[in-house]
Amino acid sequence: MKNGGGVEDSVVVSTDKLVRTFRVGRSELVALKDVSLEFHRGEFAGLVGPSGSGKTTLLNIIGTLDTPTSGTATVLGERVEKLSPGQAAALRSRQIGFIFQTFNLLPVYSAYENVEFPLLLLGLSSAERRKKVTDALEWVGLADRAKSKPTQLSGGESQRVAIARAVVKRPELVLADEPTANLDAENSHKILQTMVGLNRDLGTTFIFSTHDEKVIRYLRRKISLVDGKVANDEARSPNTD
Amino acid sequence: MLLFLAKGLFRDRSRSLFPLLTCAIGVALVVLMDSYLRGATDAMFNATASFVCGHVRVATRAFEKAGTDATNELALLGVDSVMAELKRDFPDVAWSPRTRFGGLIDVPDSAGNTRVQSPVAGLAVDLSETSPELKTLRLEKSLASGRLPSRPGEILLSDDFARRLGVKLGDKVTLVSSTMNGSIATWNFALSGTVRFGILAMDRGAMIADIKDIQQALDMPDAADQVLGFLPRGQYDDRLASRLAAKYNSVHPDEDKYAPQMETMRWASGLGAMFDIMGAASALIAFIFVTAMAVVLWNAGLMGSLRRYGEIGVRLAIGESKHAVYRSLLAEALLVGLIGSTIGTLVGLALSYYLQEVGLNISGMMPNATMVIDDVLRARIAPTSMVIGFLPGLLATFFGAAISGLGVYKRQTAMLAKELGS
Ligand SMILES: Nc1ncnc2c1ncn2[C@@H]1O[C@H](COP(=O)(O)OP(=O)(O)OP(=O)(O)O)[C@@H](O)[C@H]1O
Ligand SMILES: [Mg+2]
Repeated sequence: MKNGGGVEDSVVVSTDKLVRTFRVGRSELVALKDVSLEFHRGEFAGLVGPSGSGKTTLLNIIGTLDTPTSGTATVLGERVEKLSPGQAAALRSRQIGFIFQTFNLLPVYSAYENVEFPLLLLGLSSAERRKKVTDALEWVGLADRAKSKPTQLSGGESQRVAIARAVVKRPELVLADEPTANLDAENSHKILQTMVGLNRDLGTTFIFSTHDEKVIRYLRRKISLVDGKVANDEARSPNTD
Repeated sequence: MLLFLAKGLFRDRSRSLFPLLTCAIGVALVVLMDSYLRGATDAMFNATASFVCGHVRVATRAFEKAGTDATNELALLGVDSVMAELKRDFPDVAWSPRTRFGGLIDVPDSAGNTRVQSPVAGLAVDLSETSPELKTLRLEKSLASGRLPSRPGEILLSDDFARRLGVKLGDKVTLVSSTMNGSIATWNFALSGTVRFGILAMDRGAMIADIKDIQQALDMPDAADQVLGFLPRGQYDDRLASRLAAKYNSVHPDEDKYAPQMETMRWASGLGAMFDIMGAASALIAFIFVTAMAVVLWNAGLMGSLRRYGEIGVRLAIGESKHAVYRSLLAEALLVGLIGSTIGTLVGLALSYYLQEVGLNISGMMPNATMVIDDVLRARIAPTSMVIGFLPGLLATFFGAAISGLGVYKRQTAMLAKELGS
């Protein structure tokens, strides 16, 4: 589902001849090579490929956590390579939600407080926060676990709290690096269904990295990376049964 | 946000309780140590003041100059008028004349011939019922046998000394000494009691007599070596003493060598250097403590940030700026430091207060000690007690976190996803 806006307005992420190399001892390792991609608002796309193919590296740059060695990456109208660390943090704080392989909830805080945290960074009033956190926990079906601490939650529940934390501020973009790698099949499906629902209802753009077949089934666009290059980029109709 | 951070802080005990206890214990120890040291210094200086030179003393310039060689020749004349003036001009100070004298104690046998003789160190003080000396010299408390002199011609001797001489209560002894003018003086006294002060110099061979008797015996009417003054709070205060001395000396110019002059204990006792050493020792202890505590808390901070590596990573990824994370670490440290230092100071003050008011009796621990000034350990709380632990505790906690927290700036955001992924 597309959410209004003109053509250029609907481009959320674009990369042009993106290159990222790493120094490893004396030699150079090319993690990304001439990656040119465009992601539009409301996409549900996945980066797939074997280990070491550059999925995380690309998500890192799109997420303004890293900068390209050459080429450009434009995220929500901002040129990633030109952002100061502070500006990058501000952009992440306002517009980008992260979901990690290992849920990474803040340990001493309840589910509710974990979801509330991004809103505190944005300086929202407590009434606004309460409304948004309650909504977000409902979206992921955990309204009744608001008071639970991460240690009291199962892996699937933890990841759903992490999803709520990523989407609570209604970001334009959610990046998820292998979100199901630590989950069993049933929980993986629940997570994916949750995200599909949020993508549909909120119009949020989702970009995954994965080599999990269960995830691939839900994708509407599948980008295959091989040795840091885009080997294939296909639209597909998701099979969500 | 602050509330959020505070919640995390208090729920995570290893982040709050452990550093808080470290800080509080350290601070309490330094407060206690500082006030104990002050109490011990007081005890030492008070013994010197009580037995040697008062907090301030008035003597002739010649007497002061002669130092330990001073003899009664150099005594202060017209003591009654000197005393009257001092009491008028410095009514808050307890003034009391004293004379030291040397000589022999001659103990006669039943026939009146010398049975035994021994050199004696004499101290003549006001032994009248209202005399401040009773308290200053702790005479009642130090009495080993008998009673304090109440009639003319009665004296006290060191308990060991009396036993060595074989003198019993009520026995007659003769003092052989010299008058102010240098001729031989003899005078008969009766032993009314024996004393033990716990101070070697006073317990070996001392005689304490009423100053009126000694004025007669040594033919020094209305004269005394010195007039000692004890400051109101029973504590030596160098600034107050100096002020009093300056005031007195400004109206008693240097006319001749027998003109009276006021000296502070710092100079009169020759302990000037000791005062400085004690001051420096306190500073040194505080310094060592600060350093040790800073290292401990810095370490705690480092361990904390290792433990919180993941948490801080998530916060950075979610979009909290490094400055904000660093600031929150500082705020936490400030809070922990404030609370820890406050608790530590209160505990330290409470313990010190106990030592100050009640004291810790350690006489049982050293039954044979001869140099014990006071067998009760005491502390004294002073205004510095409030800050001597508090500030270092707060600063060490704060700077420990400030230094270890700098690690936040070394975090590479590019590594976050990797670090958080596994
Ligand atoms: N900080 C780094 N320093 C050196 N080399 C790196 C660094 N980050 C990534 N690489 C290398 O870049 C290549 C791509 O890594 P990346 O993590 O993007 O792969 P990936 O597709 O996410 O793999 P996986 O499926 O195992 O997570 C790899 O060869 C990796 O070793
Ligand atoms: Mg990866």
